Amino acid sequence: MKLTTPQFLSRVGFSAFAAILGALFALPLIWFIFAPFNARAEMGLALPDPFTFSNFETVFGNSLAIHALLNSLIEGVGAVIVVGIAATLAAYALSRSSIPGKGAVTYILLLFSSVVSGSAAMVPIFLIVSALGLIDTQVAVILVFAGGLLPTAMFILRDFIDGIPKSYEESAMVAGASPVQAFFDVALPVIRPGIVVVVVWAFVNVWGGFLIPFILLRSSEQMPASVAIYSFYSEAGTPIVTLLAAYSLIYSLPVIALYLFVSWRFGFRFFGGIKA
Amino acid sequence: MASVEFRSVTKSFGSFTAVDHVDLSIGDGEFVCLLGPSGCGKTTSLRMIAGLETPSSGQILIGGDDVTGLHPKDRQISMVFQDYALYPHMNIADNIAYPLKVRGESQEKRHARAQEVAGVLKIGDLLSRLPSQISGGQQQRTSLARALVYPSRVYLFDEPLSNLDAKLRLEARGFLNHLQRDMGMTAIYVTHDQAEAMALATRIAVMDRGRIVQYAPPIEIYRRPATTFVANFVGNPPMNLVPVTARAEGDSVRLSADGVTLAPLPLSAGLKAALAAGPTLTLGVRPEHLSVTEEADNSIGGKLFANENMGPESLVTMERPDASRVTARIFTDDHVEVGETVRFGFAPEHVTLFDGAGTRIPRDGEAGL
Repeated sequence: MKLTTPQFLSRVGFSAFAAILGALFALPLIWFIFAPFNARAEMGLALPDPFTFSNFETVFGNSLAIHALLNSLIEGVGAVIVVGIAATLAAYALSRSSIPGKGAVTYILLLFSSVVSGSAAMVPIFLIVSALGLIDTQVAVILVFAGGLLPTAMFILRDFIDGIPKSYEESAMVAGASPVQAFFDVALPVIRPGIVVVVVWAFVNVWGGFLIPFILLRSSEQMPASVAIYSFYSEAGTPIVTLLAAYSLIYSLPVIALYLFVSWRFGFRFFGGIKA
Repeated sequence: MASVEFRSVTKSFGSFTAVDHVDLSIGDGEFVCLLGPSGCGKTTSLRMIAGLETPSSGQILIGGDDVTGLHPKDRQISMVFQDYALYPHMNIADNIAYPLKVRGESQEKRHARAQEVAGVLKIGDLLSRLPSQISGGQQQRTSLARALVYPSRVYLFDEPLSNLDAKLRLEARGFLNHLQRDMGMTAIYVTHDQAEAMALATRIAVMDRGRIVQYAPPIEIYRRPATTFVANFVGNPPMNLVPVTARAEGDSVRLSADGVTLAPLPLSAGLKAALAAGPTLTLGVRPEHLSVTEEADNSIGGKLFANENMGPESLVTMERPDASRVTARIFTDDHVEVGETVRFGFAPEHVTLFDGAGTRIPRDGEAGL
């Protein structure tokens, strides 16, 4: 097909625009990959010369920063266990039982979840946690994260479970299984892909969460990585770019690994997660 | 094996009454089909026997024991589901043996028994496969094997053959029939396929809008349909129903309708009662009792609308002057052309009459319904 001149120009213009836009997004990622291996990295983009691991050596020497990764892991795993178990049980009950108004419950919870973990609720949350005497504990961080993530997790899982025929559990119960047996033997294995999706999503949220641990934790030994990243800022508040870059890369690796693992093992399928 | 009894069982979902004061008694070793169109309450009835639904009122008894409030696991029953409900994460052997697992049987015993039952159902070589790796017919047998693997008092079937293709369905039907007789099992079988019900059942309960319209052996249902609903549901194709106007003339009755000629019938007690309510009756005659004829007596006239050749016989449909249709099952050799004016003749003894409300009018000398 032959293009007219204005059409041709508009195509060229659009392609150029798209290329610039793409580059704008790609540049930070390229920096993110190169800077950690460059001992003289600055905010500008540069190929590492020489290619070095010295930044990582310094980072690993910072025991606070390394310990922060462990704290992140504790928070992530803790929140995931709470969210995974609670969301599965709640979503199963909401899906299978015939309680009137169960749909409304899910939607109201979903509405409030953005408030619970949002900055608007930070003052009351701080006061509650402080009244419970849980300030500066990982338990507080885990509970607040779990509270914020649960409604959405329940919503996704409930929709997933709705799509699974009831006859699985029914056939198990007719065959002699108690409801609990039917749940563990039959329903749970069938729901598992949905749980994995929710668990990974929750973990990534906690791992990257900043505001909640920043407010609820006081001592630097308790800080997760998302907060500890500030230990690579100088007294004057300027970032030490080399160390920051190296630490950021380490910080992001578990999430990347997790995505790759799940996508390889289960595949990311939001089975009817959101109805069109 | 055990008997099953419904005592005035009602089940409502909100304002919708799925099962409406049903009384039903199923004898030990009987094969009863619940037959009806979708939404008639047949599946809900079956699920109440299984304990998967709780009646809103009434009682359900299995083997004389009231099981109305009993959990499914405590009812000692088996059920085959329409979608088979095979557990996708377990192999065929584990699927079959699952009921034994929840009964706490040892691994070896479970395996031996699964092997045995699978052998009978000719799926013995599939035991290590997953449900997704076998065909639909094999999945159906697996779900049947799972129902047979443990001793049960009642076997429930919820349209178990509806997901199979026609040939497999016939094969499975024959097998089920044989199995039921062999084991003397009490079986309750839900289907909307009248041919399946006719072939399998010792008695059929025809359901319509939550009620049992007729509960009788298949041949009785076929020969003496209690209502126009049953007449129109059973038979392939179903009974032809023609509205007629009746007029009593002394001790005989003359029935008339456009294109229908019928010799006067004797005024029986049943007809007398029906006529008291009004002159409009329904004349029913089965397609297999119609034949193409030249004679005007006892016949229905119209224009031939369709001719479907089924091999040895043909289904020919005529359109009557009022645009209603009448189908006859005739020998293919009786040649008729679409568009021709034809008459379908019948013997008076093959006529079934229904009153204004659609209830069959009994003949003289026949026990009342």
